Amino acid sequence: MYEILNNIFGNQAVAWIIAAALPLFVFILPFALFAVWLERKVSAHMQDRLGPMRVGWHGVLQTIADILKLIQKEDIIPAEADKKLFNLAPILVFAGSYAAFAAIPFSSKYIGSNAEVGIFYIIAVSSFVVAGILMGGWASNNKYALLGAMRSAAQIVSYEIPSAIVILTMVMLTGTLSLDKFSQIQTAYFWNWFILGGPGDGLTKFLLIPFMIIGFTILYISTLAEVNRTPFDIPEAESELVAGYHTEYSGMKFAMFFLAEYGNMFAVSAVITLLFFGGYQSPFGYLGNSFNIPWLVPIEQVFWFTFKGIIFVFVQMWLRWTLPRLRVDQLMHVCWKFLIPYSFVNLIIVGIITLFR
Amino acid sequence: MNGLKQYFKDTWLGIWTVLVGMKVTFKHLFVPAVTIQYPDVRVKLPERARNRLYVNMDDCIGCDQCARACPVSCIEIETVKAVPGEDLGTTSNGKKKALWVTKFDIDIAKCCYCQLCVFPCPTECIYMTDVYEFSEYERQNLVYKFATLTEAEVEEKKKNFEKFTAEKEAQKAAARQNSSASATAKAKAEQKPEQPKTE
Amino acid sequence: MALKTEHMVLNMGPQHPSTHGVLRLELELEGELIKNVIPHIGYLHRCFEKHAEAMTYPQVIPYTDRMDYLASMYNNFGYVVTVEKLLGIEVPERVQYIRVIMGELQRIASHMVALGTYGLDLGAFTPFLYLFRDREKILSLFEMTCGARLLYNYMWVGGLSHDIHPDFIRLTKEFVNYYKPNIKELNDLLTFNKIFIERTANIGVLPLDTAINYGITGPNLRGSGLKFDLRKDDPYSIYDRFDFDIPVGKGLMGTVGDCWDRYYVRVLEMEQSLRIIEQAIDQIPEGNVQSAIPKRIKPPKGTVYGRVENPRGELGYFIISDGSTSPFRVKVRAPSFVNLSVLGELCKGHLVSDVVAILGSIDIVLGEVDR
Repeated sequence: MYEILNNIFGNQAVAWIIAAALPLFVFILPFALFAVWLERKVSAHMQDRLGPMRVGWHGVLQTIADILKLIQKEDIIPAEADKKLFNLAPILVFAGSYAAFAAIPFSSKYIGSNAEVGIFYIIAVSSFVVAGILMGGWASNNKYALLGAMRSAAQIVSYEIPSAIVILTMVMLTGTLSLDKFSQIQTAYFWNWFILGGPGDGLTKFLLIPFMIIGFTILYISTLAEVNRTPFDIPEAESELVAGYHTEYSGMKFAMFFLAEYGNMFAVSAVITLLFFGGYQSPFGYLGNSFNIPWLVPIEQVFWFTFKGIIFVFVQMWLRWTLPRLRVDQLMHVCWKFLIPYSFVNLIIVGIITLFR
Repeated sequence: MNGLKQYFKDTWLGIWTVLVGMKVTFKHLFVPAVTIQYPDVRVKLPERARNRLYVNMDDCIGCDQCARACPVSCIEIETVKAVPGEDLGTTSNGKKKALWVTKFDIDIAKCCYCQLCVFPCPTECIYMTDVYEFSEYERQNLVYKFATLTEAEVEEKKKNFEKFTAEKEAQKAAARQNSSASATAKAKAEQKPEQPKTE
Repeated sequence: MALKTEHMVLNMGPQHPSTHGVLRLELELEGELIKNVIPHIGYLHRCFEKHAEAMTYPQVIPYTDRMDYLASMYNNFGYVVTVEKLLGIEVPERVQYIRVIMGELQRIASHMVALGTYGLDLGAFTPFLYLFRDREKILSLFEMTCGARLLYNYMWVGGLSHDIHPDFIRLTKEFVNYYKPNIKELNDLLTFNKIFIERTANIGVLPLDTAINYGITGPNLRGSGLKFDLRKDDPYSIYDRFDFDIPVGKGLMGTVGDCWDRYYVRVLEMEQSLRIIEQAIDQIPEGNVQSAIPKRIKPPKGTVYGRVENPRGELGYFIISDGSTSPFRVKVRAPSFVNLSVLGELCKGHLVSDVVAILGSIDIVLGEVDR
């Protein structure tokens, strides 16, 4: 992306700024606005309610109204808070989730940074959030916030292990760290997706399917925990810790935590899509190819990518409105005693199958 | 071995019960909502609904029974007896009114909507309506004044009654004194015409 | 040498999402481990007992509504049963049946709130709204009958404020049939969910002897395994005419007397209440509901203690009469208040999240605790 912009403007700085700002304004903000609305609608309809109905058609503009309200709100900083850290924390959390978008390929033509180590970069940068949360919880000088931050740090750090192992499995299978290549391998039909054994045919493809499903489940559960969603929303468990690490935040700073959460939700869904569900590839081939309109293909890819991502975001919401939350020690229990052993066994079996490919 | 069995059972149960729950919530996605858009759509209240009190002053005889029944003392009634010759009319169920109701205040902010005031009323003039939206910015505005008489009228009625009682007292005193001394009775009788006339 | 450390004191409440009102818990924590719990009550104290001394007997009824505001019908029930005992009046059959139906509907409604908010405490939002949706139906039945949805003032000494609405019987039958499958839905969604079981089984185990020592009653006591229900053991009104079971905690998912047992007893009790309602609806006789209401309630000098099985336990009224129209003293044995006392015992050694789970499982109503 940066290269294209650089060619157009002929100026590195301008190209940098635009390349950096583009995902924020074109994608993350609209998506977060949409996702907050979707969450409210999904929860409402699951609970036999209507949800927001007033602002716009079925309340689609509700989030914009909310954001306007949040911007106008007084920015309260507790007297006893550590002001520097308190102000830095939401920015850090937001930056963490925002930075992950740099390596996500929305289509074959649009990638923030087509780094060879894309997936590795995402794992690294998403743990950035922990620092922000810890900072916010500590700086608030509030006991609930502190407890929430401690829980969050423990949780995110532990759940990175199973997700990293599953990602390792996939990397081992494909032999690449580049997310664009991941997508390219799973060419344009759904039976080439890794959840269905990946491209190619023969016995190994079918042998892989159950292990791919296990891998997918583990990755889905652990990413759910990484973005603090129910049943793993322990850091902000509202019935115990009021609001967890962002108890003391208000106004736009609170909105930044909120935006980061929804941004993160899409980021992890995108990773899952890329690893198991064909990335930006269409499940049924491209209209652009069949009608010979080459410029249509990338647009279709963006559509499919967002579509798949939103489906996983929807499932996250679906889970949230179905399940109670775990306790903090049970959370660790699930991670260390269930997810990690299963993902290890999965890794070994997939490795053996790969040998015979 | 048993532990291992339990381990797999736990894993299975964990996944299975989550799926069962997800099925339930997914089904509800397609169930029509039970909530309504309140100020636009309103539920029809049942006929016995207990909301804001209303007093039909045409029927009130000022018997004070509602105020006495009220557990939170939110009803304040003051009455003045009518003097003979005043016609207050009758209530709709044929009772003759004998009292001017000079004050009938209900502090709706205090009211607990228990309906205890409604039952003792002999003329069924106090009852609960179906009005439930009457919030106010000032608490004082929630004191509902039902008395129909104006302040001037109230003053007048009070004066009338005072005079009437004074007259009566005077008559009684006169009657008493009549037997003892006729001279004082004369003096009293002279005073009489100076008093203002009643309506 | 060990570092000098001190326990963290965390004030949970009075404004906290899951203290079910204005309860303040002073938690002494070591990390997240509970060392001590001190409940502070009284934020909702409204001098019910003192007020009652200034009121006439019928005027006390609206005040009883406001104690356990989730089971107002049953508070009325307890009070009128006690005053009737003091007066020695016989209540018409129809009134008895209507009282039982209302009482059991109220029990279901109250348990719905208990179970729903319990789910909420543990992070499950949806069952709460499903239960509230169904509770609305019960409240509509009440509203149809007496005009109020929460604070009914429906049962009067010697009778009822209104006879039931002509549609009431039909709609109640409809409700019973509608609600039966929904209990299964609740079980699918919450009761047998693995995460829910993990959160509640073996948590806050209340052994039977401790329960009895603390005077725990109601579903909490039955959750500990004792078959004690005033409707069976000291039948008041006409409860001896109905056929129903008393569910007790069996330790299905863990230990007898844990949070899950207390929760599940409530689920089963809802089913039993539906059974009672079905029977009562079929047997309800005709009659006048206000024929036995005394013109002036002026009981003889004396004392009386009446008790009923409130959705939360034994609700007792102790009334001293000095022969006037208002009681000399009304003392209430509030089940929530007594049940709350065991909280400290249950919480020791658990985590902060468990405090919420335990508090939710003993199902207190602060209006009744503080009165």
